[in-house]
Amino acid sequence: MAKVKFEVPELTGEIAIPGLKEDAAAAVKSHNAPAKDMTDLGFPTELVPDWKEKAVAKFAELLKKYRSLKVFMDICVKCGACTDKCHFYLGTKDPRNMPVARAELLRKVYRRYFTTAGKVLGKLAEAEDLTREVMEEWYTYFYQCTECRRCSLFCPYGIDTAEITMAAREIMDTVGLGAKYPLQTINKAITIGNNLGMPGPAIRSTLDFMEEDVKEQTGVPVKFPMDVKGADVLLITPSADFFATPHVESLAGYAKVFHQAGISWTLSSYASEAGNFGMFNGNYEHMRKIAGRIKVAINELKPKRLIHGECGHAWRVAYSFWNTLIGPFDSLDPKYPAPQHICEFTYDLINRGALKLDKTANDDFVVTFHDSCNVARASRMGNSPGGQFEIPRAIIRATCNKFVDMHPDTIREKTFCCGAGGGLLADEIIDLRIKGVMPRMQAYKAVKDSHGANFFALICAICKAQFTKVFPYYGYEMEEVGGVHQLVSRAIVLGGKEGI
Amino acid sequence: MEFSLLTIIFSLMAYGAAVVFVFGVLCRIMVYAKTPSPLKIPTTPAPTTTFGAMIRVLSEVLLFRSLYKGNKWTWLGGVVFHWAFLLVVLRHLRYFLYPLPAWDMSLQGIGIIAGIILPIAVLYLLMRRTTVDRTVFISSLADYFALTLIFFIAGTGLMMKFYERPFMVDIKGFVYGLATFNFSAVPTDPVFLVHFTLVMILLAYFPYSKLVHAPGIFFSPTRNQADNPRESRHVTPWSPNLT
Repeated sequence: MAKVKFEVPELTGEIAIPGLKEDAAAAVKSHNAPAKDMTDLGFPTELVPDWKEKAVAKFAELLKKYRSLKVFMDICVKCGACTDKCHFYLGTKDPRNMPVARAELLRKVYRRYFTTAGKVLGKLAEAEDLTREVMEEWYTYFYQCTECRRCSLFCPYGIDTAEITMAAREIMDTVGLGAKYPLQTINKAITIGNNLGMPGPAIRSTLDFMEEDVKEQTGVPVKFPMDVKGADVLLITPSADFFATPHVESLAGYAKVFHQAGISWTLSSYASEAGNFGMFNGNYEHMRKIAGRIKVAINELKPKRLIHGECGHAWRVAYSFWNTLIGPFDSLDPKYPAPQHICEFTYDLINRGALKLDKTANDDFVVTFHDSCNVARASRMGNSPGGQFEIPRAIIRATCNKFVDMHPDTIREKTFCCGAGGGLLADEIIDLRIKGVMPRMQAYKAVKDSHGANFFALICAICKAQFTKVFPYYGYEMEEVGGVHQLVSRAIVLGGKEGI
Repeated sequence: MEFSLLTIIFSLMAYGAAVVFVFGVLCRIMVYAKTPSPLKIPTTPAPTTTFGAMIRVLSEVLLFRSLYKGNKWTWLGGVVFHWAFLLVVLRHLRYFLYPLPAWDMSLQGIGIIAGIILPIAVLYLLMRRTTVDRTVFISSLADYFALTLIFFIAGTGLMMKFYERPFMVDIKGFVYGLATFNFSAVPTDPVFLVHFTLVMILLAYFPYSKLVHAPGIFFSPTRNQADNPRESRHVTPWSPNLT
């Protein structure tokens, strides 16, 4: 393994605010998107000759379409509250990874082309021409933002860097400067139906394998249905759940919960993805197209309920945007929220006593819970604000005997990003990912030292992929990472009490 | 009645600044109000009702709730500065109102205390800006300009209160005259003229600078939106409905 290549931050259990190290991360860049994906998505394959005019025109369009962008360009007072909040600043020490400095990359161009002071006074009013160098800076630093919204939480005006990053990426895409990982993913989701580009039969065969596997382990014929018309529940889950580790363990968990509840359910081969990278790159139409496949699946399979698997940004799109993008959900049973998170569903069953859970099955674990950023700061579960923190923790407490929370400044709405969301789960920027995860690793190290934590539970496909990848660099086992429904899967007693 | 050139210049400057301020701020507000919010993006956990979201915005405007979470020292400086500024402005209403209402009369004493605190708060904010490496990196001319301008406005104001003491009746006559279009001569006290000029500069600068954060905060979607996408379908005005 080539692990020695990277400078891995030292684990102390404390998150120190570093001094500035200019350009520390300036060389870290995502790969450019291949021509095929750019073309498929309606973008030019390389920087167009009149890119500057096109970029400014796109910027103008976005300023008219998004109040968030317009207001956020104007009202920052540079108070500095966000400067020590970004995991990428804390990890890389690069001052341009301070949210206000990242936004300034776009703001200085905004001032130049869209404000009187900037047009007249130029540099004196901190306005700058859009040049190739500026665009390169955008490409570097707007692909060093995971759109986790941690900065937005602490901003006195609620300025959300995610909105700014999305706009900058959309402008760059439009003139032919796209990043490979997010755009390839979007293209696969639009054309094939999932981020991994798996065709229906491939998914079916992994589901068959899982049916056998669960049968072998438990002796119970738990089904993993796909494309079943008239099933009660349509489950939309990240495609990583079909084959990645530890994601599949959670899929087994969902299936066992449905089995035990006696509720018929199905996956869709056409809408085989919860994730929606359209959001990450700020393209409304891509986001709508990806979500549109789910609308088609609803119309075809005619389920009564829509349930959503463990995925962070996907849950944001589902919870906050689906109703706008593909709603209203008139054909679904109005008794249930649409969509409903699998954690809400399981939690409800636990509360009603419909599941028998054997906590001792997880006695090897001291569990802690990582709140995923988009779940924590951009969505909700349950009926009251903050349910997204309580419900997964309640499930964990119902499935294991030993649970410990990490430092209060690193959980719930203050949670630290995994360092790979927002379309940054790309191999070429592994160095950035290792540094970006540093604050989270410090918090985990602290509960390891104090409580012997050894199971890192979470509900996000990207987080799972990122943590299993970076844990070894920090000297931890990737097996420590797992889904909340992985714990459910281990603890659930099958067969004992069929139905509700 | 004949007016001196000085009076004419200062009167025109006052109206000019007032027009720029009112027109500029109204324009900003109209642009913000007109620009759609296509998606539900409140920073959660967020209130689930519109009323709750209003309370959230007010808690930001009056108490700087998010900043309190972000940085206690900046919060302290910011809150003291803004409240002192507000009290000083309210105290100055006595130049515009006749007879002076009782509530404003009762604010005169605390207004003076606020006037003394104001430049101290400005110095504190300047000091913070220039001593933390991160804020040094992000600060620019505009950030120092706004603080310095307000510092000198407060300074000249305090000079008139505690040192120069120009004839207040003249000042009230001039300002009240401007407000009621019943003109009178501008006082010739140089400290007053500097104070007055700086305030006019601040007014004209306001709508075209970061100072628009004052009206802008009311339009911040992450703070003013209710978290109710399940209960009420939010529609994107510029995107057609999917069937």
